[in-house]
Amino acid sequence: MRAFERRKRGRVRGEFEPAEAALLVNLLSQIVELLRDRNGPEESSPDPLFGQLGATGSSLPPDDPVLRRLLPDAYRDDDEAAGDFRRFTERSLSSAKVENAQAVVASLAAGGFDLEDPERSEDPVEVELGDRAVQAWLRALTDVRLALAVRLGIESEEDAEAAADSDDEAVSVVVDIYEWLGFVQDSLVQVLD
Amino acid sequence: MGRVSTPAPIELDEPETDEVTELDRPWVTIVWNDPVNLMSYVAYVFKSYFGYSDSKAHELMMRVHNDGRAVVSSGPREEMERHVQAMHEYGLWATLQREDA
Repeated sequence: MRAFERRKRGRVRGEFEPAEAALLVNLLSQIVELLRDRNGPEESSPDPLFGQLGATGSSLPPDDPVLRRLLPDAYRDDDEAAGDFRRFTERSLSSAKVENAQAVVASLAAGGFDLEDPERSEDPVEVELGDRAVQAWLRALTDVRLALAVRLGIESEEDAEAAADSDDEAVSVVVDIYEWLGFVQDSLVQVLD
Repeated sequence: MGRVSTPAPIELDEPETDEVTELDRPWVTIVWNDPVNLMSYVAYVFKSYFGYSDSKAHELMMRVHNDGRAVVSSGPREEMERHVQAMHEYGLWATLQREDA
């Protein structure tokens, strides 16, 4: 991956190896799958008003720790208020996260990544992002990092250091991806500042 | 007429008093520290979403980092709920509550 750089008219450009693009698509699709397992596909409600009211959501936090981190409680010491808030807002938060993930995948596809047959992608994938896409990338990269951190058991700075120092091959593979995503995100933030 | 007794201490109706001050206290949006989000990203979110200056955004980010939490906004409950929802979309860990007494 080449660090993001600023282009004309506020656009931002980045370049990924096909394997990196494939990795991103894979991780993002896992997030989308998790969110949809809980909240269903976005267009599932036949009645748009019903969908807008969003009154069908659960008031209980998800069991899955990744989902609990992606869709956290809005009230810390008030379960009832947290439940009400969740019931009315969780679906739209979940949809926003799905849309962000899809926007990143769409950028990669527009940059030449072959979604149908990833093996066929040989050239670097060049993405050029406008304002909206940049916002989707920032948020989606964060969601993937949050998800990986939960799977790595990172709940404190000490946990993060312990994971980084782990001798376990399976852990260090995930840590490498987690840190790479941090690099990608930081590089994007730097060109925005 | 009996003798003047020591006046009994006035019993304040504590809960009711609390409730009055409770209603006066504004709501706040709190962002909590987490080991995942990059410092540069958190400062960027405060700057771009709340419209804070570079220095205020940086100061709030450092407060989250060092103190484990920071109040990033205060005002009506509905507005704080919107902010919390927005922070969750950014992937920051945020909650709302009444301002600490």
